[in-house]
Amino acid sequence: MSSLVCRKLSSKLLRPLLPDKQYGWVRLLGSYYPIDDKLFGLNEDQHELRETVFRFAQKELAPHAATIDTTNKFDNLRTFWKQLGELGLLGITAPEKYGGLDLGYLAHVIAQEELSRASGGIGLSYGAHSNLCVNQIVRHGTDEQKEKYLPKLIGGEHMGALAMSEPGSGSDVVSMRTSAKKDGDSYILNGNKFWITNGPDAEVLVVYAKTDISAKPQHSITAFLIEKGMAGFRTAQKLDKLGMRGSNTCELIFEDCKVPAANILGQLNKGVYVLMSGLDVERLVLSGGPLGIMQACCDTAFDYVHDRKQFDQQIGTFQLMQGKIADMYTELAVCRSFVYNVAKAYDAGHTSSKDCAAAILKSAESGTQVALQAIQALGGNGYINDYPTGRYLRDAKLYEIGAGTSEIRRLIIGRRINDEYNKK
Amino acid sequence: MSLRVLVGVKRVIDYAVKVRVRPDHKWVVTDGVKHSMNPFDEIAVEEAVRLKEKKVVAEIVAVSCGPPQAQETLRTALAMGADKAIHVEVPAKEAETLAPLHVANILAKIIQEEKIDLVILGKQAIDDDSNQTGQMVAGLLNWPQATFASEIVQDGDGLKVTREIDGGLEVVQVKLPAVVTTDLRLNQPRYATLPNIMKAKKKPIDKKTPADLGVDITPRQEIISVDEPPTRQAGAKVADVADLVQKLKEAGRI
Repeated sequence: MSSLVCRKLSSKLLRPLLPDKQYGWVRLLGSYYPIDDKLFGLNEDQHELRETVFRFAQKELAPHAATIDTTNKFDNLRTFWKQLGELGLLGITAPEKYGGLDLGYLAHVIAQEELSRASGGIGLSYGAHSNLCVNQIVRHGTDEQKEKYLPKLIGGEHMGALAMSEPGSGSDVVSMRTSAKKDGDSYILNGNKFWITNGPDAEVLVVYAKTDISAKPQHSITAFLIEKGMAGFRTAQKLDKLGMRGSNTCELIFEDCKVPAANILGQLNKGVYVLMSGLDVERLVLSGGPLGIMQACCDTAFDYVHDRKQFDQQIGTFQLMQGKIADMYTELAVCRSFVYNVAKAYDAGHTSSKDCAAAILKSAESGTQVALQAIQALGGNGYINDYPTGRYLRDAKLYEIGAGTSEIRRLIIGRRINDEYNKK
Repeated sequence: MSLRVLVGVKRVIDYAVKVRVRPDHKWVVTDGVKHSMNPFDEIAVEEAVRLKEKKVVAEIVAVSCGPPQAQETLRTALAMGADKAIHVEVPAKEAETLAPLHVANILAKIIQEEKIDLVILGKQAIDDDSNQTGQMVAGLLNWPQATFASEIVQDGDGLKVTREIDGGLEVVQVKLPAVVTTDLRLNQPRYATLPNIMKAKKKPIDKKTPADLGVDITPRQEIISVDEPPTRQAGAKVADVADLVQKLKEAGRI
């Protein structure tokens, strides 16, 4: 009854589908398991935001996700970034006067979730750009810095990144060795940064360096705004990762890189504050990543188990498989509820680093487990790369490592609870 | 030129949804099913917005006839760039039997009230595939029509419209006021951006009923039955030509 002409067939996963019994939401390219936004407490605007990002991401990004993964490259990255900018997604938490939407962290989580649902890797790049870089400039930048950097970053003309980790400083981030020595009105940076998301592409980078080696670690670090093309700054090899492929990651090298003092982000020697408070919201917003990957797992697996028949029966109606899809659904619902609640609290001005760490700890570990379940639900097909479940797993695993490992997150939560009992 | 343009936008079941026949076989299941703007109407809105960007058009009025949820479709049109919207509210039950002639009568009335110079409609809606409303509006108003447009350009004080026809392209010239219907290749509709979606909430939507416009929407047709297409029967293999001829004879085909 409907015209076929409008349908774009672009996936090699194209396969006939049975009419959906329960929902009307079946696509030619597989189904989308609906999200009950009312249940999760979203208002009309937030629901509409999800719909907008969903439509855009499923049409412009999802059809390329498999190729981005196999080639470790997104050919249309820059065009796609401009489209993100035009839609208004790159500056969700930024003020309107710089092109932002002036919305909160919950809106940002929703966008992070829907983009990650289409492609985990590009979702990660989006988070690094829009939160780690843009939001840090919004939170700590001077008016001049905002004026200079935000419009192009928010419009999608520029890409952004943030660099704290070093080859020898991962979890123990304040042990970083990249140094910035004062030289008149400038600072001279020397050292290396490692595992930097968007590093190969970024025009603007927030980089942490030691400005006072004699002081205690917490008073020794300063954040700088680095521009691509600054003399003495270059990027090294692009890394070949297990997952999140196509989200470009590399090493940054600083060799006598001269940076004007005007490019200090926040205050001199107060970088640890910029870094740590930034990590809280980073964990919160990036929690949308595993939510999106889990949603993609449910989208793929729930449809599959109602299509695939063995012993003349849809495999999803066997008890063991019912148990699996029930568990996947429940894990996702629990994580989504928790993450959205922390985000709502932040939007209302109630902050808690313990809960940011807990939100991403839980959703990241669930992400990996739900992706494993999705592979199992697809059986033999789950293990071959013509199906996306292997990619979901490889992408999901990153979130147990990036933005602080699960171990560090537990340490943060545990220490907070210890502190609550041992207040002096 | 500074034309006033009317675009028609219909709320239909989303093109990506697999439709199911309702158990009473009178229509398809619409409850809880994702709906969106008819894709051909999206193209109509996009074209109007592009003409406005080229300063050919001064104001864009989007109109939708349908249940209360049709307002969501109008909001999309407003977010894409329409200036104002008119919602002709028809209760869900009556909307099922709303036919092209009813809609054409409603549109014709609004076109006269709003002093419209150019009407851009989708060539058809993907739910009932009627492909009649544009032609009927032109007929009722006695305006020229250019259907299945793949290109629209200003030409003096009229329009030059390229139409896709079998085996080629036909170019027609129309004087204004006129009715144009869009084909698939006219343009690629834009995404409504988030800032524009927010701004669209502040744009006005007028509400009217068919009765306000003096249009009778009593059904002129009755739906007897709606059915799924028959499932294709499995074929059979034949050994050779003689066997094939034999089988065809048995089946009474030759």
